[in-house]
Amino acid sequence: MTLTRQDVEKIAHLARLSITEREMPVYVTSLSSIVDFVDELSRAQIGNVEPMAHPLDGEHQRLRPDMVSESDNHEKYQANAPAVQAGLYVVPRVIE
Amino acid sequence: MLHTLSIGELGRSLSSGQVSSVELTRSFLARIERLNPALNALITLTAEQALIAAAAADRRRSAGDEGPLLGIPLIHKDIFCTDGIRTSCGSRMLDNFVAPYDATVVTRLKAAGAVMLGKANMDEFAMGSSNETSFYGPVKNPWDTSKVPGGSSGGSAAAAAARLAAFTTGTDTGGSIRQPAALTGVTGVKPTYGRVSRYGMIAFASSLDQAGVFARSAADAAIVLQAMAGFDPRDSTSIDAPVPDYSATLGEPLKGLRIGLLREFFDGLEARNTALIHDALKIYRSLGAETLEVSLPHLPLSVPTYYVVAPAECSSNLSRFDGVRFGYRCENPADLLDLYKRSRGEGFGAEVKRRIMTGTYVLSAGYFDAYYLKAQKVRRLITDDFRSAFGQVDLLIGPTTPTPAFDIGAKIDDPVTMYLNDIYTIGANLAGLPGLSLPCGFVEGLPMGLQLIGPHFSEARLLNAAHLFQQATDWHTRSPRGYE
Repeated sequence: MTLTRQDVEKIAHLARLSITEREMPVYVTSLSSIVDFVDELSRAQIGNVEPMAHPLDGEHQRLRPDMVSESDNHEKYQANAPAVQAGLYVVPRVIE
Repeated sequence: MLHTLSIGELGRSLSSGQVSSVELTRSFLARIERLNPALNALITLTAEQALIAAAAADRRRSAGDEGPLLGIPLIHKDIFCTDGIRTSCGSRMLDNFVAPYDATVVTRLKAAGAVMLGKANMDEFAMGSSNETSFYGPVKNPWDTSKVPGGSSGGSAAAAAARLAAFTTGTDTGGSIRQPAALTGVTGVKPTYGRVSRYGMIAFASSLDQAGVFARSAADAAIVLQAMAGFDPRDSTSIDAPVPDYSATLGEPLKGLRIGLLREFFDGLEARNTALIHDALKIYRSLGAETLEVSLPHLPLSVPTYYVVAPAECSSNLSRFDGVRFGYRCENPADLLDLYKRSRGEGFGAEVKRRIMTGTYVLSAGYFDAYYLKAQKVRRLITDDFRSAFGQVDLLIGPTTPTPAFDIGAKIDDPVTMYLNDIYTIGANLAGLPGLSLPCGFVEGLPMGLQLIGPHFSEARLLNAAHLFQQATDWHTRSPRGYE
């Protein structure tokens, strides 16, 4: 295995994902096989190539003027929240 | 037999008053009720809203409105936000999510008067090539219900093939329109990156995602793409360039068109699949096109490149699902970290978690240069290969998939084998190019797709080449048994 159980536990923590005992061996195996597969890239002759971030040449993401463009819809948006009180999102206590 | 008519024919029936949009909508809804239980192509049916929209379309028509999609029924992939209607993205995470606004694709098709019948099933967050990763269960292929329809837009493809709507929408990040179109025998178009707005389309991999269409012919797809394409200030990747009249150039002669046969697409392809592509080339030559072989030497690296870039972007995009602002939240979290971890661990399915973790790994300290930066460099080499090929030819041609539809369950436990389904489609996404899949024959009773790839913004050329092929053949008119 390219990745150990400890590696996968660390990745899952970084990704903020709980992984059950039952799922863990499956991820160790499948993530190892994916990493082995993408390792094919290490054999590519790259040379001095500029990394490509945008699929269209000369295009970049536009900036828009820094002006308010949306109206206040918080009640509509918060209708999808699991817990809301007085217009605020409710989460477990973070400061004692 | 309204479901057998093309969009053009339906438009003529509507404008002559032979049929109303309400009648047309009822007939498709009845078809969905009868045929969908065996397919599972829809997550949400919006019959009531559809009849209201159809009545509104009929009123617009009697007031003199004449748009080509006015009153025409469609199904949206459940990745497009629909105001006031559940938008699940095929995930438990969004099972309870009612979108607070419409995606631009939805807005534009609504404005054109198209009538939404419901939301199509899909691989969870568009991650999959078989539609088996959906929280709502797999979609069945109407050609053989023991087979997958492909993915991730499997519900949209199956619905188009079973004629549950006049057309359907989809998205394509690594082949998610073209691969299922091939496996279900319909025409699927993935436009140039930036051609169709992604506002309100739930993000998977932002440097690759693009919206497109499933239809029963290139002529129908041209009508739909016309309504979808165009600049949108709400999508920062939307390209501000004029949209040509896609229907106007259908039928232009192909004389002198140079078609490149992609050598790398035939390595290891089974003889009978190769034969179908060569039959298609004969047709193109008889239509006046020249065919020549071209090579894209870095193309074999496209799948590993994609499976670094796409998971990296997905791990970043899906960090928004935190159990706080929308979506699934776990029961009784002990603290904030537990809330994040269990909401995400329980809300996401196995493949989505696998991709988030792959992406997290390739972006993590110590691995970024070896994987992500390297993949971005290889991506440029692949894109440069395409550019030099388009110096010699006007479009590229090859198979859409290595095999026809496979058995449900056959590949779901082996991610790398599943990923190799997209071996022929991923290149176009990496380079941002438009691609189109159209039916070109059958292997063991299952449809196979011919793929056309063109330079940036060459959708009109691809649609015309597909249209002329469909004028010379009848593969696209075949229907699965029981869905005629």
